[in-house]
Amino acid sequence: MNPSETGGDEQPGSRALLTVRTAEIAVAIALGVGALIVSWSNYQLGAGWNAYGPDAGYFPFRLSIIVFLASCVVLYHGLRSNDRTPFLEAGQARLVAVILGPLIVYVFAIGYLGIYVASAIFIAAFMRFLGKFAWWKSVGLAACLMIAFFYIFEIQFMVPLPKGPLENWLGY
Amino acid sequence: MQDINALMQGFVHVLAWQNVGLMLIGILLGIVVGVLPGLGGPNGVAILLPLTFSMNPTSAIIMLSCIYWGALFGGAITSVLFNIPGEAWSVATTFDGYPLAQQGKAGQALTCAFTGSCIGALFGVIVITFLAPLVAKFALRFGPPEFFAVYFLTFCSFIGMGKEPKAKIIISMCIGFLLAAVGMDTVSGQLRMTFGFTQLLRGFDFLVAVIGLFGVSEILLTMEEGLAFKGKKASIDLKVVFRTWAMLPRYWVTLLRSSVIGCWLGITPGGAVAASFMGYGMAKRLSRNPDAFGTGVVEGVLAPETAAHAAGTSALLPMLALGIPGSATAAVLLGGLMIWGLQPGPMLFIEQKHFVWSLIASMYLGNIAGLLVVLSTVPLFAAILRIPFSIIAPAIMVVCAIGAYTVHNAEFDIWLMVVFGVVGYIFKKLNYPLAPLVLALVLGDRAEDAFRQTMVGSKGALSVFWSNGLVGTIMTLAVVTLLSPLIVSAVGALRQRSTALRAAPEAR
Repeated sequence: MNPSETGGDEQPGSRALLTVRTAEIAVAIALGVGALIVSWSNYQLGAGWNAYGPDAGYFPFRLSIIVFLASCVVLYHGLRSNDRTPFLEAGQARLVAVILGPLIVYVFAIGYLGIYVASAIFIAAFMRFLGKFAWWKSVGLAACLMIAFFYIFEIQFMVPLPKGPLENWLGY
Repeated sequence: MQDINALMQGFVHVLAWQNVGLMLIGILLGIVVGVLPGLGGPNGVAILLPLTFSMNPTSAIIMLSCIYWGALFGGAITSVLFNIPGEAWSVATTFDGYPLAQQGKAGQALTCAFTGSCIGALFGVIVITFLAPLVAKFALRFGPPEFFAVYFLTFCSFIGMGKEPKAKIIISMCIGFLLAAVGMDTVSGQLRMTFGFTQLLRGFDFLVAVIGLFGVSEILLTMEEGLAFKGKKASIDLKVVFRTWAMLPRYWVTLLRSSVIGCWLGITPGGAVAASFMGYGMAKRLSRNPDAFGTGVVEGVLAPETAAHAAGTSALLPMLALGIPGSATAAVLLGGLMIWGLQPGPMLFIEQKHFVWSLIASMYLGNIAGLLVVLSTVPLFAAILRIPFSIIAPAIMVVCAIGAYTVHNAEFDIWLMVVFGVVGYIFKKLNYPLAPLVLALVLGDRAEDAFRQTMVGSKGALSVFWSNGLVGTIMTLAVVTLLSPLIVSAVGALRQRSTALRAAPEAR
């Protein structure tokens, strides 16, 4: 299931920001706390029996308790293990941030610019700054891609996607 | 005999020109999806599912299942040529496929991989053709308790047979169930776990989750590895193909063994990934010179590919006959059935005969067509991987975002996709399995309904699950599967107490 796990080799010049052990523990605690909140919410709803059978919260309440117990087990193993292999190295963190940051900005922009314009800017910026392509290549390719998408979704399949000022101005 | 007639009618229907066209489109898209990192079987199908909402269900399932076959084929291309598994199930193919390519025998390795895939798939379809109607007929006797028992068995076997730490499988599965429960409760009309957010009233859609968990997270992981594709040249000419085919009969034992392993693991939800590794492992163990494996032997390519494809195909058997998917992609297809207004389960074979047999007929044709298409287009798809990642990565993200949006026409879903992407990234790195989460998310409501109906019928007595031979057998089997690792490790622990104590957390 997990081809990426092999990337654990130490690379020179890359320092570990997080070890697997720390990450395990943090995730286990987060899951445990989340499970407690959810179980409380379902307990409020009624997690027992009524005249017609189980209450609405019956199933989720028990599930969240199971998650809580299982996350305790993971936490226990995490605390006992001595796994110092890096979970995230500085170099990796930078690369992931390079895509995650723009992605969040992009999703935010969809609400204002519509999906076509936002996507075109997203792709063009990526090509320009990460791929070091020339401006005209980046913008040209991004625009062509989005025109193709527009044709496929709006005209061919009649699936409306979020649109912004540009599409309004063009009359769509 | 009646079934054979129905199957023949299915063939006639599938061979209508627009269905053949959809089939080819599906296969080509599927290969693209299988070749590109970040797009895989489950999320490729999930992204395209909204486009099929208005199609007739038979054409839609033909196209989507062909995407699945295409993805299974496509994964092998990157494994052999680039030593990068395009899909998790083609990891085992890299062991011998890439060495073969390094020796300049890429054409032979690819022909073997594709042909093996096709044979495995056909074996799986034959099993479906003869077994699925029987299973469905048997399952007609099922009531709510039996259905809950079968769901329970599915989830228990996931826990019992999974390679990941058990606690993590349980967590991932229960999270799936919990996400399925968010929103309006169908029985009481009460709101569950919305915490005052109006967007959560609709609940979580599994398509959005699949796109985030498998698509966005995969891009993040690929990005992290600082991608650099260095590929071998692919040239397949007819001479190589025929020469390779001529020597295949020599490996019939390997092919048959892998097909059987694949079918078994596909029907019980072990999945294509487990099947490919097991197929490879068995071929190595039973080979006359196991040391040659890993240096580029043909069997090392045939065995995992055949098993993976057999598993991928037969995973559709429980989906069709019982309404229980055997893999993440089958789960997405099952969700599609519900969206098109078909009720999955044993009644499908009676009420939607036409649909079912067209699908089965399309599996035969789709895999054979897939083999021909993939053999003739390998260089084209190998070229896709030479496109710089700085174009592919944002383009895939855009496709994912559009896919997430079109499910419900909700921008909120794009945010959910990003969140699921980050969660999937962390989970994958910490070895939490994602397939149980998706499966539970798709089946959550149905499992809960089955449980509640049972409880209403029995007035709350859990003993109903052991009230007759059928349901009792399934439940007992489920509990045994669930506890099997515990039993095995308990026996082991008794035998060598001191060493087992230290090794157990890792060994499990």
